[in-house]
Formats: sequence, structure tokens, C-alpha cells
Amino acid sequence: MKNSTLIAIFISSIFVNNIILMRFIGLCSFFGVSNKLSSALGMSAAVFFVMNLSAVVSWLLYNFVLVPLNLEFLKIIVFILVIASLVQLVELFMKKNIPALFKALGIYLPLITTNCAILAVSFFIVDYKYNLLQTLVFSSGTAIGYTIAIILFSSIRERLELAPLPNAVKGYGIVFITAALMSLSFMGLVGLFGF
Amino acid sequence: MNNIIIYYSIATLGTTSVIIALLLSFAAKKFKVESDPRKDLLVSVLPGANCGACGYPGCEQYAEAILTKDEVLTLCKPGGPEVSKKIAQILGKEVEVSSQRMVAVVLCAGGSRTKDEFIYNGIKKCSVANKFYEGQKLCKYGCLGFGDCVEVCPFDAIHINKYGVAEVDPVKCTGCGLCVKACPKNIIKLVPCNYQIHILCSSKDKGVKVRQICSVGCISCGICVKSCPVNDIELKENLALMKYDKCNNCGICVEKCPTKCIVDVTRVIA
Repeated sequence: MKNSTLIAIFISSIFVNNIILMRFIGLCSFFGVSNKLSSALGMSAAVFFVMNLSAVVSWLLYNFVLVPLNLEFLKIIVFILVIASLVQLVELFMKKNIPALFKALGIYLPLITTNCAILAVSFFIVDYKYNLLQTLVFSSGTAIGYTIAIILFSSIRERLELAPLPNAVKGYGIVFITAALMSLSFMGLVGLFGF
Repeated sequence: MNNIIIYYSIATLGTTSVIIALLLSFAAKKFKVESDPRKDLLVSVLPGANCGACGYPGCEQYAEAILTKDEVLTLCKPGGPEVSKKIAQILGKEVEVSSQRMVAVVLCAGGSRTKDEFIYNGIKKCSVANKFYEGQKLCKYGCLGFGDCVEVCPFDAIHINKYGVAEVDPVKCTGCGLCVKACPKNIIKLVPCNYQIHILCSSKDKGVKVRQICSVGCISCGICVKSCPVNDIELKENLALMKYDKCNNCGICVEKCPTKCIVDVTRVIA
């Protein structure tokens, strides 16, 4: 049935259950940032950092505070608190130390805060009852899957800028169609590792 | 109901929030970015067009460079000498400015009056068409008319006219130079604004060939050179060139030119 070894979790979170193209979670930042390859790379780095950190902190808080006190129902609020504050910290750090990246991502950092991809990872960790190592592997894999999807997509979008298109699909029309086609191709991987 | 769960929830959420708040306030102090109050003053003095003529992506970045890297104060061409003086005032420095305003001029008048070599169905950008046998016109020096310069102008000062050639409005032009960089044929030039007569041709082809392919091209006959009273035109490589040195806008060359490629810009716009 479902293989829970580390390598299976890793591969499946990148390809089979790609958070963008298969689970359709976190699409707003995906479409918002992918018009240039440079900002896509910056965004995926930020997502990788925030996702891993918030997954670990969420796991710790859930298993050592919420579960012993029978407060599992508070997980939504607590996870959101953790994610929002982590993004604020990342923003402060970037503004001081990497101002060029901060200028490029500016508006998209708050998007990561409300980005359901980060929250979804925290929820999945709770649902699948992963231990700490599996959590790390799962969140890294999901972030890598996000990176692959957004890099592929932004490269395509840069070419779409110059393509001769009918006026009806110019702009976000063709963007959404392209994303749908990409998702179709990823669907061919369903069934790998029993996922 | 068991009240203890309510107490536990309040305690957990309260503690978590307080810890996070302390962490954030500590980080806010540690990662604080000092911003110079003069920066806002500078940004308010600069035109705010973010045109990039100074070499920086925007007015805010130029202000930052002035404050931190001691950048030259006269780089803002759209702002001109007035803005340079105001910047110097804010910083308490002296600045040397030349009050000569520059405008751009497209040295081509062909367009639809020049014959095409082939029908071009590619991407409609001058930079792309220029890579394909140097453009679709028989004259390989002339304006291709797809408007790369129009797209890049932040002041709406350049447009494609009825002949399919780019034309600058000298009233709106601030001399920022972005169109000069955008033109793949390099036929847009920056000249001081007081010169209103221009020779609208850049073709280095021999006169015979020019006459075959373009009805308003310079055939290097030399009549303008001889008739100029202040000797401001010279013939070079089959092309009449204005030196923009002593011209007093008398207009004699405009009347004498047989192909009518010399134009008085004021009359054209008005």
C-alpha cells in the first residue's frame, strides 16, 4: 500500500503529489511571481526556508504542547500564528541583509503568509502522523516540488510574452491553460510508490 | 464541561503569542534598516518618472546612490539643471550645470516612402526585424517602424507618424536618451533643443541607389553644403551631416534640398 519510507515520502512530495500541480494548493503566489525567472527563483528560496522552518516548529508545538494538553483543536490558530511570525522574521532579515531580493519580492512575502501551501504542509504532517525526520523530508520535498513547478512555469511564461497569441487568451488566459497542461503531464505519475 | 481545557487553551495561545511578540520586537530592533531622512526629500525633488536615464532602475535608487555612494548629482536628464540645483541644495553642496536642454531626433523620414525588400511576418519589434537581413526595407539604414523607441519612452514623446517612421515631439522630449539606446539602427540622436533643422536621412548608400529605393532620402548632391551660409553641413560617406554647431535655423537648406529630406521640426509639429 502506501510506502512510508523516507525516499518514498521525498519523491512523492516532489512529483506525485506536487503541491502546485497535483494538489492545487498555493496557486496565488505561483501565478503572481512566475512572470520572471529571477523573481521565481527568489520566491522559491523564500518558500523553501519558510516551509521547512514552519513545518518543524509546527510539529514541535503540536506534539509537545497541543497533544499533551488535549488541545488539538487549536492547531489552526497556532499554525497560522507560527507561519505569520516566521514570514515577518524572514522579511525583516531580508530587508536588512539582501535588499535587492527584498525589493524584488516585496509584495509577495505577505502572500507566502496567507499561502495555503505552508499551512497545508503543517496540516499534512498532523494527518499523516509523521515523526520529526519524516516531517523534514516531507516539507523539503514539497518546497522542492514548488521550486520545480515555478521554475518550469516561469521559463515558459517568459517565452509566452513574445508569442503571437489570439487576443482572447493573451495574459492570464494562456497562463492558466499552460498550467493546466503542465498539471496534466504530472498526472501521469499517479500510482508511483502507491501514492 | 471541564473548565481546565479553557484555561489550558488560553494559557497556550497567550504564551505562544507573547513569546512570538518578544521575538519579533527583538528582531525588529536587531534588523533595523536606518533610513536617511534626506532620502525622502531627494525623492520628492526628483521627477519620479523612474525612467532609468540616470542608470538606476528608479528615482529612489538614484537618491540612495547619491546619499551612500556619493554619486554625481547631474545624472537626472529629464529633471535637468533645476533638479540638479535642488539636489545640491539638499545636500549642501555646489554643482556645475550646463543649462542646455537636449532633445532626441530620429534621422529618417522614409517609412512608407521607402520600398520594402520583402514582406515581413515575424515578431513586430525593431530589434528582432533588424536581425533578419537588417530589416524588411531596401534601405538598410532606415527606421523599421515597429516602435521599440515608442515603447520605451516614459514621457510619451515619440510616436510612429503617418509615414510609418518614428517622430519625436520636441515639446515633450526630456532628452533622457532611452530611445537612443532602444533603436537597433542607431539613427536617433540627442541634439541641443535650439536646433530645429534636421537632415532626416542616415543612408550611407550612393545617391543613385537611394533615389531608386527612397523618395525622401539624401542623395548626397551637396546643394545644402554649398547653400548653407554658416557652413554647418558637411558631406560624409554619401550622406549630408549637420554639425549642430553654428546653425541659426535660417531654413535655406530646407528649400534647396531636391528630395525634401531636410525638415524644419517646428513647422512639422505645429
